[in-house]
Amino acid sequence: MAFITALSIWLIPIIIGLILVHGTIKRVPTYETFVEGGKEGFNIAISIIPFLLGMLVAIGVFRASGAMDMLINAIKPFLQAVGIPAEVVPLAIIRPISGTGALGLMSDLIRVHGPDSYIGRLASTLQGATDTTFYVITVYFGAVGVKKIGDAIKVGLLADLVGIIASIVIVAIVFGTM
Amino acid sequence: MINLIWMAMLIIGIVVAAVNGRMSEVNAAIFESAEDGVGICFGLISILVFWLGIMKIAEKSGLLAKLSQLFKPLMTWLFPDVPKDHPAMGYILSNTIANLFGLGNAATPMGIKAMEQLKKLNRDRPEASRSMITLLALNTTGLTLVPTTVIAIRMKYGSQAPTEIVGTTLIATTCATIAAIIIDRFFYYRRVRKGKK
Repeated sequence: MAFITALSIWLIPIIIGLILVHGTIKRVPTYETFVEGGKEGFNIAISIIPFLLGMLVAIGVFRASGAMDMLINAIKPFLQAVGIPAEVVPLAIIRPISGTGALGLMSDLIRVHGPDSYIGRLASTLQGATDTTFYVITVYFGAVGVKKIGDAIKVGLLADLVGIIASIVIVAIVFGTM
Repeated sequence: MINLIWMAMLIIGIVVAAVNGRMSEVNAAIFESAEDGVGICFGLISILVFWLGIMKIAEKSGLLAKLSQLFKPLMTWLFPDVPKDHPAMGYILSNTIANLFGLGNAATPMGIKAMEQLKKLNRDRPEASRSMITLLALNTTGLTLVPTTVIAIRMKYGSQAPTEIVGTTLIATTCATIAAIIIDRFFYYRRVRKGKK
């Protein structure tokens, strides 16, 4: 487990270090190139606003009305037995369907339970464990006009399920059980 | 699908609030959540600007191209139907490397170009080929080294250790990716068996 903790701390600085050393050896104007690439990041962050804002309002209304608690309490008895916090189930369900929807639910869980809580850590891991299967299929197959998608959805969703289970198990192992 | 979910959350929320008598909380939630949405996106600026800036250096110095060569043996094994030096292989490699380094916006166009090439290899038939399904499986698991967005949101809500989930995420997404490869092969062999019957 010490390895996983060390990995979390060391990975990002090592990647940055390697890129800068390699860039300097290859005579890339590092700082100017950094600024050029950074501008792109600004545009991406701003362009997400309407997507995320719309999702957060819907989630906020759903939670404030008490509907979220009703949903969670309804599934809690089944999940408590296997050690899965019911709070993360909506996130696990939305994850393959909508990227921003999942991002909204994850932010909401982190805001309500705290980023360093068990649920906050599990939500963070779940969000990164898989990608939006339906979106990927729509974009990739839609762009080239493939009509018969074969086993693609089954493969994608089964892999998502493995990612979700893996998240629950690994978070329980690294950060202790709930 | 997403239109339906979005609408349902709002309508169910409003109806449940009417029943529970929590309409004033719902009013507050609408405006607070909207503000949160802007706040989170502004929080994303910091990490996205930094990460994409660093990645631009990796791209210009040829590091990403060099790394993609490292993955070539693995990819030729994963895509046995694609000739080694076919343009499709190049796009598949760029797509994988871009995903790995959290460059979603660069990964998607590469993935689409790879699909176009795979479709040509499939003699423009309208059904998905074996390689197309494999490429899709790899993309749906979102194998990423650094989950930048998640780190930014954890920072915004005052995490003591925003990056502490990097390790757990990497392990979970690696499990999902390995599973995707195995499941993809399983379904492929099943299709082959069915075809022979």
